Amino acid sequence: MSDLDAFRAEVRAWLEENCPPEMREPVRGDEDVCWGGRNWKFQSEAQKLWLERCVAKGYTVPDWPKPYGGAGLSAAETKILKQEMARIGARSPLNSFGIWMLGPALLQFGTEEQKVHYLNPIARGEIRWCQGYSEPGSGSDLVSLQTYGEDKGDHWVVNGQKIWTSYADKADWIFCLVRTDKTNKYQGITFMLFDMTTPGVTTKPIKLISGNSPFCETFFDDVVVPKTQYVGEINRGWDVAKYLLGHEREMISGGDSAGELVSLGGALAGVLGRNAAGQLDDPILRAQLAAFDVDAFAYRAMGERFIDMWKTGRAHPASSNMMKYVGTELNKARHELVMACGGSEALEWDSPETKGGARPRGWLRTKANSIEGGTSEILLNVVAKRILDLPGA
Amino acid sequence: MPLYHNEDQLMLKDSVGPFIAEQAPVAHLRQLRDSDDATGFSRDLWAQFVEMGLPGMLVPEAHGGLGMGHIEAGIVLEEIGRNLTPSPFLSTSVGAVAALAKAGGTQAVRWLPAIAAGEAIVALAIDEGSKHRPERIATTATRAGNGFRLDGKKSFVLHGHVADMSIVAAKTDGGITLFAVPRQAKGVTADPRRLVDSSLASHVTLDGVEVDADAVIGEVDAGEEVLNALLAAARTGAAAEMVGVGQGAMDMTVGYLKERKQFGRLIGEFQALQHRAAHLYGEMEVARAAVMKAQELLDQGNDGAKLMVSVAKAKAGRAANLAVREGVQMHGGIGMTDEYDIGLYMKRDRALAEFMGDVHYHTEQVARMSGY
Repeated sequence: MSDLDAFRAEVRAWLEENCPPEMREPVRGDEDVCWGGRNWKFQSEAQKLWLERCVAKGYTVPDWPKPYGGAGLSAAETKILKQEMARIGARSPLNSFGIWMLGPALLQFGTEEQKVHYLNPIARGEIRWCQGYSEPGSGSDLVSLQTYGEDKGDHWVVNGQKIWTSYADKADWIFCLVRTDKTNKYQGITFMLFDMTTPGVTTKPIKLISGNSPFCETFFDDVVVPKTQYVGEINRGWDVAKYLLGHEREMISGGDSAGELVSLGGALAGVLGRNAAGQLDDPILRAQLAAFDVDAFAYRAMGERFIDMWKTGRAHPASSNMMKYVGTELNKARHELVMACGGSEALEWDSPETKGGARPRGWLRTKANSIEGGTSEILLNVVAKRILDLPGA
Repeated sequence: MPLYHNEDQLMLKDSVGPFIAEQAPVAHLRQLRDSDDATGFSRDLWAQFVEMGLPGMLVPEAHGGLGMGHIEAGIVLEEIGRNLTPSPFLSTSVGAVAALAKAGGTQAVRWLPAIAAGEAIVALAIDEGSKHRPERIATTATRAGNGFRLDGKKSFVLHGHVADMSIVAAKTDGGITLFAVPRQAKGVTADPRRLVDSSLASHVTLDGVEVDADAVIGEVDAGEEVLNALLAAARTGAAAEMVGVGQGAMDMTVGYLKERKQFGRLIGEFQALQHRAAHLYGEMEVARAAVMKAQELLDQGNDGAKLMVSVAKAKAGRAANLAVREGVQMHGGIGMTDEYDIGLYMKRDRALAEFMGDVHYHTEQVARMSGY
């Protein structure tokens, strides 16, 4: 038995023993997701237990080094862990922007002291982070951002406004792009970290077309940030931001490909009914579902290949842009089909039978997929220039 | 196994890629076409393939081959696709070998070493109408004397007029049976037709063709499993070749965007073209991954291979088709000329699209296999 086979057997046994049965049920919605943080209320004892057990094992961040709360697993071992979790339908023990975004940035740019200080609470689900990037006047043209940190010697005084800050009203800390040099566009931004309870920080949820409010406006009014709380170099935060956007795009692209292949057509056939031959009885819709399934199954293979290559440094550094573009456009197409199959029932906005309009709200939510974290158009620009090396500004 | 090529596979790519690019670039296809070549491929080039051990890549070592897998065969096919190389590799060394290796027995012993040694070209006589419908085979094999008597018509038999043997799928009393039919067999006529991509595919007529009982590949009535192995290998191989065709067309087109000037600017500066090129890149990468996954599952003998093979053929079909259509359009007027190569990519893509089931056929299979 190879080392990896032995590892698989060990992981399988550990999961069998430690993953509570309730945590093997499919996630029904955001209410089943564990985000952690100071104010987190566990939705069940099983959720708490599952997090604690994974934390003890380093499995909330399996590929991070052990001193930072991880399990120190290799790319191959991490893939096996994910496959084995998917095999039993185990839920993710902890979702977190700290894990997906800040963590990778700190691992790349942080000092040893920062890594130990910030990464462990992320791994344990104790501090919930949010991301302060976009501003009302700086969306796709992010580098034009205006939130300003005035240098006061041992600290900055930050003033300005962020927008589309995911879960800012629930987060404990923020990683935030702040202009610290008004004369230098690209090399005049610092990547700051500060506590959301700092005086002068306020948040206001934004109601979206889905009726839900996962995003906030975040206001900074004379917020004092000690000059120790930044990542990388002062005025070189854009380098960190760009690196991190790669990870954000990796995350949004849904590069997780360990679970069972699920056919959308297969899942929806029951809703639509079948003809005498057992085929979904709307032939045009059936054809569209089948074409979608081809794309989705193919993209799953792409997700597996992308992660295998990304984790071992084989991927083109800009390839996460392509992944995010393809993945989010696919997800929007999926939800268009879900709505088409759902018919008038999928129009119901708040009935208990439809779980409070889960389908229309979910469908509308996906429209943001190709906007947040870089619009599809920006991603195509990046692919054209950085991967295909096409000319022009 | 990670879904990227390992060191050995990269070495294979590094040797096969330059070899095919030097010995059989698109100019090689033109030369065969313009000389109205009657064989459909270059036997000299095939001899060079033999020197490199390529025809027997998938042949088990016990039968004189290299015992490699579909991932390795796919590397060769991608280069064949990228260079539009006319070659019997896909039919003989991938489709036929998969069937013979699956079946074992007399015919495997007879043909596998010959294929590996480059001494035999084998054609696949599966299709009967103008569309690929292997579940509706009408050619019959009836017991006669010591063996069988074959009657029927086959179409789209690539290399059928020069193949030393054709694998013929026929209906027997209790199912499907595959037969090894030598070219000299009495009652076989192959009528080669020049196709849009300059390849030669035959209409084959089987008129009371008598074969011995040991001409059966595998077992009588139990040919479906062998046929499925043949189809899976040939479909995955065709998908890999299409990735090569699409990649070749895309590379040529992106190159053109960087050199063609209009309005005093390189046309690659125009965002309208940049976005289309970037979209195409994404589709090609996804197709490549799907094909690799199908190859991996086939090599593992995984039950999920059949679904992924259809996904790969459908996805590669769509991506390569996008690549050649965008290729001709973005080249503008020059893309419509015979002198320029991009049109040849469009033609090869069209032929490969039909080979062993088109996008629609395989999309339908995905729906069926997914239970709707």
